[in-house]
Formats: sequence, structure tokens, C-alpha cells
Amino acid sequence: MTRRAIRRTLLFCLALFVVACLWEFYKAIGPEGGGELLGIPLAKTNDHAMPHTWDMLKRLDEPENRAGGQAIWRSVAGYAWHSFKLAAFGLALGGLFGIAAAVVMARFRFVERGLLPWIVMSQTVPLIALAPQLVSWSGKLDIFGWEWPLWLSVCVLAAFLAFFPISVGTLRGLSAASPAAAELMQSYAAGWWRTLFKLRFPAAFPSMIPALKLGATLSVVGVVVSEISIGVKGGIGRAVISYSQAATGDPTKVYAAVFGAAVMGLALYGLVVVADILLMRNRPQEAS
Amino acid sequence: MNAVKVNAVSKVFNQGRPNQVDALIDIDLVVEPGEFVSLIGPSGCGKSTLLRLIAHLIEPTSGDIAVNGKPASQARLDQDYGMAFQQAGLFEWRTVEKNIELPLELKGWDKSRRRARAQEMLELVKLPEFARHMPWQLSGGMQQRIAIARALAAHPELLLMDEPFGALDEMTREHMQAELLRICGATETTVVFVTHSIPEAVYLSDRVVVMSPRPGRITDVIDVDLGRGRNEDTREDTSYYATITQVREALRKVESSRSNPDLAGIEDR
Repeated sequence: MTRRAIRRTLLFCLALFVVACLWEFYKAIGPEGGGELLGIPLAKTNDHAMPHTWDMLKRLDEPENRAGGQAIWRSVAGYAWHSFKLAAFGLALGGLFGIAAAVVMARFRFVERGLLPWIVMSQTVPLIALAPQLVSWSGKLDIFGWEWPLWLSVCVLAAFLAFFPISVGTLRGLSAASPAAAELMQSYAAGWWRTLFKLRFPAAFPSMIPALKLGATLSVVGVVVSEISIGVKGGIGRAVISYSQAATGDPTKVYAAVFGAAVMGLALYGLVVVADILLMRNRPQEAS
Repeated sequence: MNAVKVNAVSKVFNQGRPNQVDALIDIDLVVEPGEFVSLIGPSGCGKSTLLRLIAHLIEPTSGDIAVNGKPASQARLDQDYGMAFQQAGLFEWRTVEKNIELPLELKGWDKSRRRARAQEMLELVKLPEFARHMPWQLSGGMQQRIAIARALAAHPELLLMDEPFGALDEMTREHMQAELLRICGATETTVVFVTHSIPEAVYLSDRVVVMSPRPGRITDVIDVDLGRGRNEDTREDTSYYATITQVREALRKVESSRSNPDLAGIEDR
């Protein structure tokens, strides 16, 4: 178990290193001002378009603004943490609704026939088209005296993305229990709900985990995109936009925010992996 | 009071549709308490269907079934029987011990009582040191013994088994048959046992019920006169062989009377 974890971490670092090498390799051989090769346009390799990887890393330890202040990685960590909380809440919200929808669909076949097309259709609506609607709720909508805050709109948009793979994965998982096992529960005179908790959910974990992993990454995408399109402050999405505006004078600055977003995505993904390890620790190896 | 009383039962699948199947026609069967009865017949004779009817996993189209003197539906709700299938069907996310505890958990027993009973059952099937193992760490034969322990955990008076040893190799199978007789003798459990092996049916049973397919009927009931306390020597007994021949001939008669070459699935071993 631990040996596998160490090997995976090493492989991950190796992959990062390979990507950095490719970047530097192209930067070394590519045309400085851009160009064309056999009709294919080539990207510029000057320090504005493609800064050196080590310059990006060095930038992390320099102050956010030229004027001074704390190192930029500290500011980025703060933004990422803010967005991470939103993404985690979005994932929880999406997971809750996704699993609930799957349970209702598994319970009543007619609901599955009626609801599933709507769920699929909901995913064809672009997030950016939905965002303004949800934003307009804040300030207008109050539920029993409790006013809808803007950050909740961000969470709902993230949940909206995360919800889809989770509900589909859970629905598939809920029907994964063998008919013999279902018959055994029937012979114990166990009702539908007890069969759900004693048999169907545990049998569904192997297909719920990959769905949750997908949901986690989608939730991060949802938070970053909706922070940008709604324009809420304090999160990593906003930092990506405002840092990229400084690109002319400070080309490495935006990468600090990009790294922050990547680390935050990995962190949320990591949470699901931890849940995976805890839930599946006693299962046969080939199941994982 | 009969352990099982099947009275004029018929079961039709897909009634009124083009793919209608008369699975069972006019079945009468009485099993006395403590008796071991095997159901044998070619594939499609409805032996598993009959077992499922007794378990009330499906409803008969006509006729009625009583288990322990009550309707089959009530007997299922009261969990008057335990059940074992060809696949051990242990839950892979539960330890061996927790698998055995499952029926007790559903009955609402408290934890210490469940633990004690699980340990008792593990000793009965001679696997006490495997309580904390996961099912996939056990061999097929051991898993099947755990499944039997689970079926017997609530001390039911009736055990329903659907080809429980069908997936095991010959050596394990003979060993399991002897174990089953020992366990049922010790617990005085009534057993209805579905099999397609003639020697298995004869070795285990007090009575062998021979069935024929399309539509499923009972064609013969053969008494096995080998007494209690059977052991490995029984398998060499002349009356054991005589009964095997008797069952085989009853099955041939099924075939020739229907001139239907369909003894597929009957094992002579």
C-alpha cells in the first residue's frame, strides 16, 4: 500500500519534470517570434509568451506587486484556499443531489425514464449562460429572511457540474449488486431501504469513487469559471484574470495563479482518493 | 405439522404472452420435520422454481404453500428458513464474521449476541480462526461453508439449498456433503436440496424427488434406505448403488416417455 503510494508520487513528479523539459525543449528550438512549419503555425518562444520554468518558480517567492508586500505564493495560497472551500462545498452539494437523484431513479423506474433525459440535457447548457441568472439571485432572493449570498451562487454552479457524473455513476453502481445477493436480502424479508444500505450502496462504491473523482475536478472547474464569469473577488479564478492583465510587464505572474489552481484541484481530488482508500481498504485488489 | 406442504401448485411465467412457460404443473409435496429431501431433474424441470416458491421469492400462479404450518409469505417474514445458493454470495466488504451476522442484524439482534452466535456457527462449520478474514481470502469450499453458516445463523428449522456445491471440485464436494449431513444432524434441520447430481442426491437424502421438464412435474419419489449416520463407507455400499440406479432409471423413464433427448445437465458422478 505505502510502496504503491511512494511509486505513484515519484511517477507524478517525473511526469511534471517531463512536461517542464518539453516546455524548455520547445523554447530552446522554437522560433523566437513565432512562424510557420509546413503550414502549421508555431507558437512564439520569447520570454513574454513562454517564460522559463525556473523563472515561474522564482516568481512565486517575489512580492505580489512590484511595490512590495508578502510573497506572491502566500497571496495565491489564500485565494486558492478560498476557492477550495467553495469547490469542496460545491462537490458536497453536487454529491448530495447526485446521490439522491440516483436513489430516486433506482427506486422508481418511471422517474429514471422521466428524469434522466433532463439531467443529460441540463449538462448541455453552458455554465457561462447560467452564471448571470444565478448571480441575479443574490440580493434579490431571500429565504425566510436569509439573504442568498453571492458565494453560494458559485457553489451552486460548481455543484451543477459535479452533480452529473455522480448521479450517473451512482445509478450504475446501485444496479451492480448481483441478483443472487438481492434475492438473499429478499429471503431475509429486508425492505427496499435496508437492502439499499446493507447491499446496494456498498456494492455501488466501486463505481461511485471514479464518479466522485470526476465530480471533484469538475467542481474545481466550475468554481474557477464561475468566479471569472461572475466576477467575484477573493478566489483563484479572479487572480488568474487580474494577474494575466499584468502579462506585458510581468509575464510569469499569471503562472503563480495557474499553479495555485492546479494545486487546489489536486487537493480536492486527493480528498476523494483518501475516501477511496478508507472505503475500499478491505476489498479484493482487482476491484480497485 | 409439516415442515413444508406444497398443495396443487402451478407456476406459469409470462402468462398470456407468446413466450409463456409452464414452469410447474400441479405439484404436491410434503416434507416432514427433520427430513432431507432432494429435488432432481433435467434443466428446465422447475426444481429451482419450486425452491423459490417455497422461499416465497416468487408467488405461485395457483395452489398454496405452507411452511411450518403458515403461509409461505408469513414464513419468509418470520424468517423461518435459511437459504444457500450455488454461489456463496458473501458480501465482499464484510468480514466472514459480519457476513454470518447479516441475517441476525436484520432481525435486530444486539452486537454481543450476534458475535457469540457467529462464533458458534464458525465452530460448527469448523472455521473458527477465520472470523476476521475477508471472504476473498478464503477458498471456494470455505466460502460455501461460511454461506451455510450464514443460512443457519438464526437457527432456522428449514434450510433451502439451490445446488450449493455445484461450483466445487469433486473432493471438496464430497467433503462438504459429509459436513452438511453432520451439521444438519446436529441441528435437526429440515433440508430441501436442489441438485443435478444423482450420487449427491442419494448420499444426502431421505427421499429423492424426480422431476421432468416442460411442463415441470413430479414423476417419481424414491425413498433412500441408507439410514442415519452415513459416512464415507456409505459411498461403497451396495444399497447406495442400487438407489443410484433406481434414480437414474426414473430419470430415463422421464426422458423416454417424452421421447425428448433432454437429460442435459444430469451428472452421473
